[in-house]
Amino acid sequence: MIKRLLLVLGLPVVLFVTWYAASANSENFYAPPLRQILAAFVDTWTPERLRADVLPSLARLGAGYLLAALIGIAAGVAIGANPRLRAAAEPVLEFFRAVPPPVLVPVIMLFAGIGNGMKVIVIVSGCVWPVLLNTVEGVRATDGVLADTARAYGLTGAARLRHLLLPSASPQIIAGLRQALSIAIILMVISEMFAASNGLGFTIVQFQRSFAIPEMWSGIILLGLLGFGLSELFRLAERHALAWYHGLRDAQRRS
Amino acid sequence: MTAVGAAAPRTAPGGRALLGLSGLAGLLVLVELLPRTGIVSDSYLPPTSRILAALADEAATGAFWVAVGDTLTAWAIGLAIAVVAGVGAGVLIGAVPVLRAVTASTVEFLRPIPSVALIPLAVLLYGSDLGSTLLLVVYAAFWQVLVQVLYGVADVDPVADETARSFRFGPWARIRYVLWPTALPYVFTGVRLAASVALVLAVTAELVIGAPGLGAVIAVAQTSNAITTMYALIVVTGLLGVAINLAARYAERHFLAWHQSVRGEAPS
Amino acid sequence: MLEVKGLRKVYRSGSREVEALRDLTFTVAAGELVCLVGPSGCGKTTLLRCIAGLLGPTSGEVTVGDRSGLAIVFQEYGRSLFPWMTVRDNVDLPLRQKKVPKARRRELVAEALTAVGLDGTESAYPWQLSGGMQQRVAIARAVAYEPSILLMDEPFAAVDAQTRADLEDLVRSLWQRLGMTILFVTHDIDEAVYLGQRVLMLSASPTVVQDELTVDLPAERDQLHTRADPRFVTLRTRVYSQIQAAKTGTASGAAGELSSADR
Repeated sequence: MIKRLLLVLGLPVVLFVTWYAASANSENFYAPPLRQILAAFVDTWTPERLRADVLPSLARLGAGYLLAALIGIAAGVAIGANPRLRAAAEPVLEFFRAVPPPVLVPVIMLFAGIGNGMKVIVIVSGCVWPVLLNTVEGVRATDGVLADTARAYGLTGAARLRHLLLPSASPQIIAGLRQALSIAIILMVISEMFAASNGLGFTIVQFQRSFAIPEMWSGIILLGLLGFGLSELFRLAERHALAWYHGLRDAQRRS
Repeated sequence: MTAVGAAAPRTAPGGRALLGLSGLAGLLVLVELLPRTGIVSDSYLPPTSRILAALADEAATGAFWVAVGDTLTAWAIGLAIAVVAGVGAGVLIGAVPVLRAVTASTVEFLRPIPSVALIPLAVLLYGSDLGSTLLLVVYAAFWQVLVQVLYGVADVDPVADETARSFRFGPWARIRYVLWPTALPYVFTGVRLAASVALVLAVTAELVIGAPGLGAVIAVAQTSNAITTMYALIVVTGLLGVAINLAARYAERHFLAWHQSVRGEAPS
Repeated sequence: MLEVKGLRKVYRSGSREVEALRDLTFTVAAGELVCLVGPSGCGKTTLLRCIAGLLGPTSGEVTVGDRSGLAIVFQEYGRSLFPWMTVRDNVDLPLRQKKVPKARRRELVAEALTAVGLDGTESAYPWQLSGGMQQRVAIARAVAYEPSILLMDEPFAAVDAQTRADLEDLVRSLWQRLGMTILFVTHDIDEAVYLGQRVLMLSASPTVVQDELTVDLPAERDQLHTRADPRFVTLRTRVYSQIQAAKTGTASGAAGELSSADR
């Protein structure tokens, strides 16, 4: 137990201490002492600040991500379950996935202005492709014997979707959702850097432009913590949702 | 047992390609018709024909090709650094169990940090130079490679490793003959993922910071309200992305042709 | 009752045509246990899929009365159970689909699992069980469905010999107790003779019924004595020679002449 704790915390502590010690007397304007950054962190990210800047960011992130997940899964199932539609749509989808999502920001600003709607749409427009394409792939790969079994026992329509297609595609869908999560965070920040009056991305760029360096660093650290926190949450959710899948894989590997 | 084909009629490969082409054609026609019929204002979405004309105009200018060159240069250098660093670190960490245990938590912590968080830092350090782009590209691509290499190293068959040990292979020989061949497919996956992430980040850095490249040209087109040109350039980034994906997949298949069969038989 | 009349199935892929089933006609009486054997690649699975309604025949017809009274057990137990559901939910799902009331469902699931000897595994996942146990779950699912016809597609081809013997006896006892019609497809001649009241032998593809045989062994069978019974040996030899003949395309006896005249 202690050994485990040591392994988990050892290197991070060493890195932290090194940074702290090495930067203690830093004269470099861009790399202020960690002490100063931490002080700035506490001063900057007060509860009011979190409510005013971080909460709106997270709300947009959540809305865009959920919307993208819904659209991606729904469209993915429809396309994946229909071979001809899939063949027709695949090149188009591959193209949209290959477009670097941030370049869509200027386009979406044309249509949706610079409000919250724009930012949510930006997130949706970037996140939807990995979810969609992975869902298509997952639904397509539904096991033939399992599909036959479902049909032989009269599983059709909604029951087929719920008990066969979605669960059997879920490992792929979740892989797509994981990719989409990191894209969502990137787009949340980018869309705020373009045009915003609040939000994490906006605030950090403000700090940088006004040369409030320790505050800027504290913002970067907060973003890092946010990314880490969200990915941990995702991991927990995944472990729960795909417990059967990991069990199955382990069982297959052992045999 | 007789293999019974799927009940649904199977489409011949030629038919698939045809359907795919018709899908693309449908998209082009749709984008042509939406503004023409006035459903979408053409100041928001210019018709396909005008976008293609703008694309042709752009392609005739030297500045466009310089921008493409800049973007690809940043992409290639960044990707190369990330791959070398990622593979080096991955093999080192993977080959030494203690290192793996010690670094696991740090990797898990640093990996999800969004690379765009580094944008302000990049601006301060490098301004709107290539360096800014490289910082973001390398950071984002490095983790893709590293994580895949670590998966690959973890996949080494213990029996193979013990066999190598029993023949008194040294650490280098073990890396060379056991670890590396096992990890190679994962390395390719990592490189493929990193290649597309690197393009995204290169264009992003150019777009947001203004480092030279396609992204910067898009930003200029946006601020000067040259909507059609902007669309044309976005199409170019998409095409670059598709090209990079296809090339990476081709390379993977080409170089791993010998390996897939080996992998196909290995489990069970 | 199950009736197959003039069944023909042709697969088309591009311009290529493969005639899998040429002309199949047979009936299985209600409550009968019939085994289908044939050389590998003779279209047994195609036939079963046509009967189950998973595949449309090119011509001919299959009459099974009520299709909702039909259950099927596949060879690939690992791929026919839903890996994201527990054993209980796997058995329960078709019943839910059939809108069986909840209390009755619970009863049926419990009875079926007991019948196949799987008490206590309700909340396990299929992949936590051995291959033989997984196939028992698939059988329990079919039994709980209370089918009038049970189709089994080489159900024991992928389990070890010991388990296989147990499962064969399980099928016989379930059949005797529940009285449903069973059509059992296998490539194993001994299995066909041991299990069936009647054995239908199929020719090589394109498939016709090559011969049929009534198994006049006593209804009480067991692995040890039945298989040593001289009558069993005679029957299996007869089936064996027919299958061999079907493989090479030259048949002996009346059925052989018939099939060569066919060509």
